[in-house]
Amino acid sequence: MSNPPDIVTGDTEAPAFGGPQAAPPGASGDDARRRTHDLWLSGTESPGEMGRFTSEGAQEMLAEEAPSILAAQMGSLAGDDYTVPLATGEGDTQIINMGPQHPATHGVLRLQLELEGEIIRRAKPIIGYLHTGMEKTAEALTYVQGATNVTRMDYLSHFFNELCFSLAVERLLGIEAPPRAQAIRVMMTELNRVSSHLLWLASQGLDVGALSMMLYGWRERELFLAFFEKVTGLRMNHDYIRPGGVAADLPDGWEDDVAGILDKVPKGIADYQALLDANPIFKERTVGVGVITAAECRAFGITGPLLRAAGVAWDLRRAMPYSGIERYRFDIPVGSGGDVYDRYRVRIEEMKQSLRLVEQVAAAMPAGDYRTDDLKVTPPPRARLDQSMEALIHHFKLFTEGFKVPPGEVYQAVESPRGELGMYLVSRGGAKPWRLHVRGPSFANVQALPVMLADSLVADTVATVASADPVLGDVDR
Amino acid sequence: MSDAAFDTATPAGALLGGLAEHFPGAGFTTSLGDPVVRLSREDLAAFVAAARDAGLDTFIDLCAVDYLSRPEGRFEVVVHLLSMEARLRLRIQAAVPGDDPRVPSLTAVFPGANFYEREAYDLFGIRFDGHPDLTRLLLPDDWEGHPLRKDHPMGSVPVQFKAIEGMP
Repeated sequence: MSNPPDIVTGDTEAPAFGGPQAAPPGASGDDARRRTHDLWLSGTESPGEMGRFTSEGAQEMLAEEAPSILAAQMGSLAGDDYTVPLATGEGDTQIINMGPQHPATHGVLRLQLELEGEIIRRAKPIIGYLHTGMEKTAEALTYVQGATNVTRMDYLSHFFNELCFSLAVERLLGIEAPPRAQAIRVMMTELNRVSSHLLWLASQGLDVGALSMMLYGWRERELFLAFFEKVTGLRMNHDYIRPGGVAADLPDGWEDDVAGILDKVPKGIADYQALLDANPIFKERTVGVGVITAAECRAFGITGPLLRAAGVAWDLRRAMPYSGIERYRFDIPVGSGGDVYDRYRVRIEEMKQSLRLVEQVAAAMPAGDYRTDDLKVTPPPRARLDQSMEALIHHFKLFTEGFKVPPGEVYQAVESPRGELGMYLVSRGGAKPWRLHVRGPSFANVQALPVMLADSLVADTVATVASADPVLGDVDR
Repeated sequence: MSDAAFDTATPAGALLGGLAEHFPGAGFTTSLGDPVVRLSREDLAAFVAAARDAGLDTFIDLCAVDYLSRPEGRFEVVVHLLSMEARLRLRIQAAVPGDDPRVPSLTAVFPGANFYEREAYDLFGIRFDGHPDLTRLLLPDDWEGHPLRKDHPMGSVPVQFKAIEGMP
C-alpha cells in the first residue's frame, strides 16, 4: 500500500506543506474567502510551490473577487433560463463587431451589427481590408500581362476574370477568338463555375452546421483543380485565357479527365441533395432566412444566383451571350423565395446545368487553332524563332512592349458564379489600359447584406453571409 | 443633338427614344455597339431617375475615370444601367471638372450607388453631393490622397519596413 496522495483541503487547519501560511491580503478575517483561497490552491500538482507567494503577492485571483462572481464561476449561480426577450426597451441596442477575423465571414469582411436583444436591427459592412490597388496595377501592366493581374481578383472564379478581360480587349481590338478557343473558354469557365459552387456549398454547409459538406465539397473540387493544373500548370490564378485565345491547347487525354469529372461529380451532387434537400436542420437554418426581393436586387445591382433565387430568370449567358455559349443548351434555374434555401437549390441546379454544358462542349470540341492568327496579338510559334529573325524580334517586342489597342471604351460582362462580372476598359491607344474598372459581383452582394440581415436573428448572420458567397478579393480588389 | 436614330420598333430603341425626347441636351451615341449617353453632371441624377422609371431599373456600375487634361473636364463619372426586359445596357457619362470635382449623388435613385460612390470618392476624390455617408471605403480613414488619380504616382507610399542600415 502506498501512501495516499498528499492533498490539502480547505478544512485542514495546518497545511501539510511548509510552515503556517500567511493569508493573502484581503482574505483575512473572512472565512468564506479564506476557504475559497485555500480551495483554489488545493489540488494542484505541487501544492508546495503554489502555496508560496511571489514578489508580486499571492499568485491567485479568486480571493480578491466578489462573492457573486466566485459563485458564478463555481457554478452555483448559473442560470438555466436561456430565453431572451424579443423586444427590449427603446434605445436598448448594442453594437457588436463581426470580423474582420472571423471564420464565417469568408475572408476579411467586417460587419457591424446593431442588436436589439438577439435581433439585428442594422448592419453595416466594412470592407477594404484586402484592398491591394489592383485597378491601379492594371494601368501599369500591358494587355499581355493584364490577365495575370485580374485573375487574382475573384480567386475562386479565376477563369471568369480572365475571360472578361480578354473579351473586353478583343472587342476593342476588333478581333474574335477562333472556334476552338471559344469552346475551350466555355468549357473551362463552366468547370470553374462548378468548382466555385462546390466551395460555396462546402462553406455554406459548414456555416449552418452540416460539417460533412465541408469535406465533400473540397473533395469534389479537387477533381477540378487537378484538371486545371493539368491544362494550365496552376491550380488557381492561371493566366490561361488571354486576349486572342487561350495560352495553350488542351493536353493529351483531356477527354478522359473531363469524362471522369462528368462521371463522379453528378453522383456527388446527388449525395449532397440527399443529405440537405429535406434535412430538417438545414431547412430550419435556411428557409425564410436572408430574404431579398427581386426589386431590391435590381436597386442594389444584385445579379447571379441571388437574383435568380428571388425569381428573376436573368442569366447573361442567355441574355447577352459571350464566347459562343449560345450554341449550347442549358436551363436557367429560378427560385421563388429569395432566401438562403432557394439560393442553395439554384446553385445545385446550376452545377448540373454547367456539367451539361461541359458535356456538350467536350462532345463537339472544334478542331483548329487555339488562338487567333492576328500576328499583332499572337506570338509566333516557338519553332519559328529559330528560323526567322523577324519572328524573334516580333516575339521580343510583343512580350516587352505588348500590343497597342485602339482608343475607345468598352464594358464587357460575363456571368460569373456570383453574378455579373463586368469590366470597364478605357484605352487611349497605348499598350496599357488607361483605366480598368472591375465591377465585381461580390461588391454588390456585400453592399446589400444589410438588406438581407435586417430584422433577422444574429445566429442567421453566418447563413446569410455564406449564401451571398462573397469573395473578398473581388470586393476589395 | 442626338446623332443616333432609334429603332423604336424594338423595346430598347423605344426606351432610348423616349429618354432622348425628354432630355434634348443629352448626346446619344453608340460605342462598339453599346448605347452611350453623354450629358452634363447637373442632369445626371434627373436622367438616371428618368431612365430607371423608363425601365433601366437595374443598377450595374458607377465608376470614375481620370483623363488628366480634357477640354470637357478632367474626370468622368460613368454609370451603367441595365434593363432586363429590353435586354439593354446604357452607359451614362458625365464630365466633371478637376478643380471642382462634385457630382450629385445617385443614392436617392438607386441605393446600390452608395458603395460605388464611396469607392469613387475614395480613389478619385470626387464628391457626391447628397450622399448619406461619403467616407473612404477601401482605404484607411487617415489615408492621404486619392490613388487612382493619374497624378498619384505608384510606389509613393512610404513603407513601414525598410532594409536594415549598413546591410549590403
